[in-house]
Amino acid sequence: MKRRPGKRDLLLIIGLLLVCAVSAAAVYFLQSKNGAYAVVTVDGSEYGRYDLSKEQTIAIRKDGIVTNTLQIIDGHADMTDANCPDKLCVHQKAISKSAESIICLPNKVVVTIEGGVEGNFDSMAR
Amino acid sequence: MKNKVAYMGVFLALALILSYVESLIPFYFGIPGVKLGLANLIVVIMLYAVGAKEAFAISMLRILLSGFLFGNLFSILYSFAGGILSFLVMWLVKRTGKFHVMSVSICGGITHNIGQILIASVIVETYSIFYYIPVLLIAGLITGMLIGVIAGEVSGRLRPEWFH
Repeated sequence: MKRRPGKRDLLLIIGLLLVCAVSAAAVYFLQSKNGAYAVVTVDGSEYGRYDLSKEQTIAIRKDGIVTNTLQIIDGHADMTDANCPDKLCVHQKAISKSAESIICLPNKVVVTIEGGVEGNFDSMAR
Repeated sequence: MKNKVAYMGVFLALALILSYVESLIPFYFGIPGVKLGLANLIVVIMLYAVGAKEAFAISMLRILLSGFLFGNLFSILYSFAGGILSFLVMWLVKRTGKFHVMSVSICGGITHNIGQILIASVIVETYSIFYYIPVLLIAGLITGMLIGVIAGEVSGRLRPEWFH
């Protein structure tokens, strides 16, 4: 077994850091626009699309049971409640930029911010 | 042979305890899915000090048991995806013989997260999950490095013949 990290290890780590930086930059650019809608999908199909400029609370139901509660305030969408035990989606920050998302894995609920038609074309052209 | 069975039991117990310790620490970095991966420490140590077969067996058993003890069916599924992919990559990187334990563990940490993202995108049927990739890559790099340093120190002091 090798006792100390060598040159190859250093190169590998630098390479991986570069990959991190490039992917972080790509995501940053894609998410830099303010979005217009919060699109909710449940089980991969669209559940509803909500205007971010209107303050509202949305109860997301699945088989008649409220699984998640989404709140829209100040152009930000925030998951305020969920019926799963870990509540990771509730802990996530409110989202407002296009392509940002909150994902609830156990309930398969995804909230994604989308811009208008224009916003979508912009992000595709980049 | 008798010895080996006993040692495998000890390793499995150790891996389970580390999973338990990890579930106790209220680790929350603001990003879902980022964990320290303490149990992976045992897998890396075993990969070096015992053998690939044994490391893989303990890793799979650990995921199944800790899933039933501290998680749910979903967490088992995610852990298997991450565990199998990261084990394969670590084993291959180690087999080249050109990299240090730390690099092997870093590759494991990163591919563990990639495996989980892949299975999550299949289960939830969304691509927006891929926006987490940069964060999870960096997290995998850092946790992998920490685990690699510890595993290197420990496995250098163990002898494979003790366990066979």
